[in-house]
Amino acid sequence: MTNDNKPAQPTDLMFGDDELERRLAQTWRTPAGVWGALTTVDHKIIGRRYIVTAFVFLALGGLLALAMRLQLAQPEARFIGPDRYNQIFTMHGSNMMFLFAVPVMEAMAVYLVPLMVGTRNIAFPRLNAFSYWIYLAGGLLLWISFALDTAPDVGWFAYVPLSGPQYGAGKRADLWAQMITFTEVAALAVAVEIVVTVFKQRAPGMSLDRIPLFVWSMLVTAFLVIMAMPAIMLASSTLILDRLVGTHFYNPTEGGDALLWQHLFWFFGHPEVYIIFLPAVGMVSTIIATFSRRPVFGYLPLVMALIATGLLAFGLWVHHMFVVGLPKLGESFFTASSMAIAIPAGIQIFCWLATLWGGQPVLKTPMLFVLGFIVTFVIGGLTGVMVASVPFDTQVHDTYFVVAHFHYVLVGGAVFPLLGAIYYWFPKISGRMMSETLGRWAFALIFAGFNLTFFPMHILGLEGMPRRIYTYQPEMPWAGMNMFVSFSALILSLGFLVFFVDVIRSTRSGQIAGENPWGASTLEWATSSPPPCFNFRRIPVVGARDPLWSQPEELTVAGGLRTDRRELIVSSVVEAQPEASESSPRNSIWPLLAALATTVMLIWSIFSPWAVIWGSIPIGITLTGWFWPKQTPEDES
Amino acid sequence: MKERVVLDVSRLPPHGMGRASPTWWGTCAFMLIEGSGFALAIAVYFYLMSLAPHWPIDAPAPGLVPGTTLTAILLASVVPNILLSRWARQRDLRKVRIGLIVMSVFGAVPLILRGFEFAVLNIRWDDNAYGSIIWTMLGLHTTHIVTDLIDTLVLTGLMFSKHADNPRRFGDVEDNAMYWNFVVVAWIPLYACIYWVPRL
Repeated sequence: MTNDNKPAQPTDLMFGDDELERRLAQTWRTPAGVWGALTTVDHKIIGRRYIVTAFVFLALGGLLALAMRLQLAQPEARFIGPDRYNQIFTMHGSNMMFLFAVPVMEAMAVYLVPLMVGTRNIAFPRLNAFSYWIYLAGGLLLWISFALDTAPDVGWFAYVPLSGPQYGAGKRADLWAQMITFTEVAALAVAVEIVVTVFKQRAPGMSLDRIPLFVWSMLVTAFLVIMAMPAIMLASSTLILDRLVGTHFYNPTEGGDALLWQHLFWFFGHPEVYIIFLPAVGMVSTIIATFSRRPVFGYLPLVMALIATGLLAFGLWVHHMFVVGLPKLGESFFTASSMAIAIPAGIQIFCWLATLWGGQPVLKTPMLFVLGFIVTFVIGGLTGVMVASVPFDTQVHDTYFVVAHFHYVLVGGAVFPLLGAIYYWFPKISGRMMSETLGRWAFALIFAGFNLTFFPMHILGLEGMPRRIYTYQPEMPWAGMNMFVSFSALILSLGFLVFFVDVIRSTRSGQIAGENPWGASTLEWATSSPPPCFNFRRIPVVGARDPLWSQPEELTVAGGLRTDRRELIVSSVVEAQPEASESSPRNSIWPLLAALATTVMLIWSIFSPWAVIWGSIPIGITLTGWFWPKQTPEDES
Repeated sequence: MKERVVLDVSRLPPHGMGRASPTWWGTCAFMLIEGSGFALAIAVYFYLMSLAPHWPIDAPAPGLVPGTTLTAILLASVVPNILLSRWARQRDLRKVRIGLIVMSVFGAVPLILRGFEFAVLNIRWDDNAYGSIIWTMLGLHTTHIVTDLIDTLVLTGLMFSKHADNPRRFGDVEDNAMYWNFVVVAWIPLYACIYWVPRL
């Protein structure tokens, strides 16, 4: 069956701009109301939801951090008891890593990647909807358990035997392990969508060497998710099996091994750092190019550095285990590989500096956050080189030095670029500008507050203060510094408060942004702000790496896509030559139903192994409903 | 921004087949995820083995008959599976229907044998870590057979329905066939680990 023996279908070549937009909106729109909200598969609506939810979890995790700082501000404080404190630091870490950092980066990609590659929706949009619901369910599971005083209390990496059946009584560790399953299923789904969107849905002409750097970074990140997350799913599943049906994976008296947990966890856990950091790198490259008003210096080395970081990420995990007594040769290897990762990181830093050097930098808020990132991340990188050395690491292991180091890397390396990215892309997402004044205040408070909070922790660590203690004695020399840190944390929180106020205020009454307020070069700026439900009136045809700079006056586009069904261009992997005008699925309630069925099965399986069998039946039914053809024009071929 | 049409895509096929299909790539990505899972399970197997003073731990090696028969059947199933994939590419509905019925049988029979496999492992999952990992490996692979069998049964139903005569369905059949090949290939190293490594 081809088009030839059918009556002519309406295509975008037949209509003027206004009529075309009306018809496309008819085909692609999400109806208003609750039903529309529950059934939508629009990547922009789901991406926005994902971002907002992740920031809500950021705020909640921040409140937990403040509670800890209140407790630690003075010795022998009685604000929080030891059991609640264990839950709080476990919640803070798990929440920030699994419910904020990874999801928010993927969420940015869910919103931006389809726009940046010039297509109309993400690949597998229903899977995308499913992913969000599963993520939300996992987050609710963790926070509801906290509200019921039964939150996990075993640390965010849940080491056995503490989390095993012998010491981890009750269901707390199971709730942690199953929250992992929820968030990893959600993350893996988005990773698959990103890989396929980037490989197959790029605008005609966007060959591999014309892909925007943020998209490259998300592609490498998606592969990291695909290769690394199965390790944590295997780890958390075997932990639940040990706890529920009496397997012995982590029981040394029956041939199991506690270190096996650490290997599996960190085989995921170290790539996880790069799953969070690489998207930030992509954001930085994008923002620096735009505000230096020139193409980024060293596109190829930057792409190579992304890929090299992604590969090296899998050879580093043992550096989290230097004090468990591994063979010396192994430790030396992992010291070397840990230091080797400084090479691609250095290449990136120098490419960015060269871009700034050769351009005319404009110091808008996104750029301030990027400069803050460079300073903070370099400090975090320096302490990283320090703890990569086994003798040094042995001294500071499990102290506040490590707490300081990873906050510098994660907050400096990922949250600063992310906040810059929010200021940068907010006009596209909402159609309105954020306030420059409030933005500068937010940056100043966050940058100063962050450094004042976390830099002293290096010293506390060198003075021997262990992490994860709920209080300390007055004889210890830590009280003054802790009080200082706690006050600084208030400055940091104030900065975030200003940021949130700015977001809410600007959503309502920010200055109207227009298509391309920053004069940027990538395709998401070639459509209106916020973009219409169909993203682009006609699919762009790309002839350069920075399409909007090489042709600022007009957009070259492809014509001939149908308007009576959701249709987009599928193109070849390397050259992005058009191959088909493929359909894209319509809105559907089935992803939500499938997510509900999956949620029931996963939570039930904490309590009974039979849940895996009986709970799978509704999942099978909902998936069949999801994929069963509905005789829509999208099913034609 | 002003638009200039420089490319006409109205003659493109309305559905991508094979590597022009996003579903094909999505299936590959899921195989990569699950392949990583299998590889890690095998790594855990050898890790535990490296710690144990003797392997298997406190149990005779598993009985060979059901597992080897199942392996032979899985390998044999590749032939009709490849034929089915070819018929789907040729969009020969009659042969595809026959092929799907054959592959449903090839999906169901291993499940029966799998029951016997668990019975001759000679160890329970809660006896020791060796028992835990081989039950997990076998269980993990069984979920893949079940998943693909259900997928095949649903597809068979579809191909006997009014929705059948559509290139999109034939693409689904090809992707499902590819996934079955993955289920077979993934089994080979698991089979070697479960049945032959304890006999080394």
